[in-house]
Amino acid sequence: MSDLSTTKATPAPVPMSTRRAGGSGGGALAWLMRPRTGGLLVLAAVICLLPLGLQNNFQYDVAIKIGFNAIVVVGLNLLIGYAGQISLGHAGFLGLGAYFSAITVTKLGWPPLVSLVVAAAVVGLLAFVVARPVLRLKGHYLAMATLGLGVIISIVLNQEAQLTGGPDGMIVAPFTVFGFEFSKAWHWYWLVGGLLFLAVWLSLNIIDSPVGRALRAVHGSEVAAEVVGVDTTRYKVMIFVVSAVFASVVGSLDAHYIMFLSPNEASFFHSVELVIMVVLGGMASTFGAVVGAAILTALPQLLTFLEDYEHLIFGLILMLVMIFLPKGIVPSLAALLKRGGDR
Amino acid sequence: MLGEFMQYLFSGLTSGAIYALVGLGFALIYNASHVINFAQGEFVMLGGMSTVFLAAGGVPLPLAVAGAIAGTALVGLLLEKVAVERTKNASVVTLIIITIGASIVLRGLAQVVFDKQFHTLPAFTGDDPIVILGATITPQTLWVLGVTVAIVLVLQWFFGRTLWGKAILATSVNPLAARLVGINTSLVLLISFGLSAALGAIAGVLITPITSTNFEVGIMLGLKGFSAAILGGLGHPFGAVAGGLILGIVEAFGAGYISSDYKDAMAFIIILLALFFMPSGLFGKRGTDRV
Repeated sequence: MSDLSTTKATPAPVPMSTRRAGGSGGGALAWLMRPRTGGLLVLAAVICLLPLGLQNNFQYDVAIKIGFNAIVVVGLNLLIGYAGQISLGHAGFLGLGAYFSAITVTKLGWPPLVSLVVAAAVVGLLAFVVARPVLRLKGHYLAMATLGLGVIISIVLNQEAQLTGGPDGMIVAPFTVFGFEFSKAWHWYWLVGGLLFLAVWLSLNIIDSPVGRALRAVHGSEVAAEVVGVDTTRYKVMIFVVSAVFASVVGSLDAHYIMFLSPNEASFFHSVELVIMVVLGGMASTFGAVVGAAILTALPQLLTFLEDYEHLIFGLILMLVMIFLPKGIVPSLAALLKRGGDR
Repeated sequence: MLGEFMQYLFSGLTSGAIYALVGLGFALIYNASHVINFAQGEFVMLGGMSTVFLAAGGVPLPLAVAGAIAGTALVGLLLEKVAVERTKNASVVTLIIITIGASIVLRGLAQVVFDKQFHTLPAFTGDDPIVILGATITPQTLWVLGVTVAIVLVLQWFFGRTLWGKAILATSVNPLAARLVGINTSLVLLISFGLSAALGAIAGVLITPITSTNFEVGIMLGLKGFSAAILGGLGHPFGAVAGGLILGIVEAFGAGYISSDYKDAMAFIIILLALFFMPSGLFGKRGTDRV
């Protein structure tokens, strides 16, 4: 309770529920209930069918932004939900990826895809270097260190104006791959949709692999995990790097998509937003991460009619959800459904 | 040369004193509940903004100050009652999100009830500069330093000599044992929130004549206060004061001698370095895990 790294979020409800469903409902149902099969199928269906309901560019735009955020949050959920390590600085990694792409493509004329990959490698390397000293910290000290990292990155992006354009931001060249320019909303929709599917698939695979089991052990009790021979530092560092790379890739793409980039992308508040998405959707639930990203991205768009009252209402909704569903939306609903099914 | 040095020292001490007050608020609530209250910066903003608007409404300044501090303390009590008390068993990350939600609500509220402009207050006792060893300081600086020293002394007396202070300390050491000896720990939690909010409001009132205020000043001040509390070591009662003063002084000298562009970054660089070498802060107890 006193420690962030020991927050209990019942990290592994998955194998239990599949076994239960398999025992009572037959093979096909069990197959459908498993996140790796049924969940992915639902996600694919939603991604494929959603364009039928999207009527204009604005709605496409919201859908694309949801996709971008969902990818980052799926990565961050691995770190917060499964490894139990909070990060209040992930927008920093996102901002670094974005500015790396923006500067190398727009000012140096690199091919965007090459920039994106090099940016991811550089950010991954940076995350790897800082991960060891940072992840040695626990609880609120870890929160402080990641927060500090993010704030420092954001201040640097603000101050190095000759390179980044400072607080005014900079124009970014469009995203082209082998001569094909992503210029229409639906180009971006399918790119982001595909990447989101890939990210969720990757995340589910990591969770079900020995790495995932090691992470859950770290979350449960770091000392116990070490005692049974889990190299806890190695796994924590690995997931930290993976989540930073997810953020960097999204940063690069997002900069090309909007064709404009400002240091707000790397701000402390953006980091906080990402963590809120993880917790709101439900920690240690990959689909919860997607739901959290969808709600928190769409909500401000729906609240704009409130004008000056927008932030007030947004904050109130956030507080109420967390007070009444402290485990997050998806795990709370799942528990409710399960109770209904048992009756 | 000496004048320059003294000038930086005084400006560092002034902002350091403010960080110390905000950090004390963090530490108080953390000790009583192990919650990091991310709305602490908003208490500072509320203190400054409501004083400005009460004074503008014709209330004499001392009364406006008292009203603002009392009002902010009330907001703190309310926050504990409606949000924190209901979610005692929630995970720490959930509690952090709730207090972040509260900070967004308070900022949104200030934006609607007050406005989005920058405001300032007249200095409490005039603007005639005072020259000390070649440094020019305003009387308001002395107010900031004096009130901070007074508050630290009062808190020291409160925690060391009064029953209520000892009850709060006991709760922070071991809540269960405190309950067993008859301490009303939920009341302790409530009082801590009220006290923290009042401390924040005082900081907000003191700093407004120097730096002016608007509905967003709480964000950076809150982060610096959190840094101060962490640098001193959470759980160490007056670590936050030392942490705040160190941050303020490093910031002022960094801005003066190295780069004023990176003034805000200095605090965070210092704290990262400190945490890398001393993972429990400067005065925090070395953590041992009970298995």
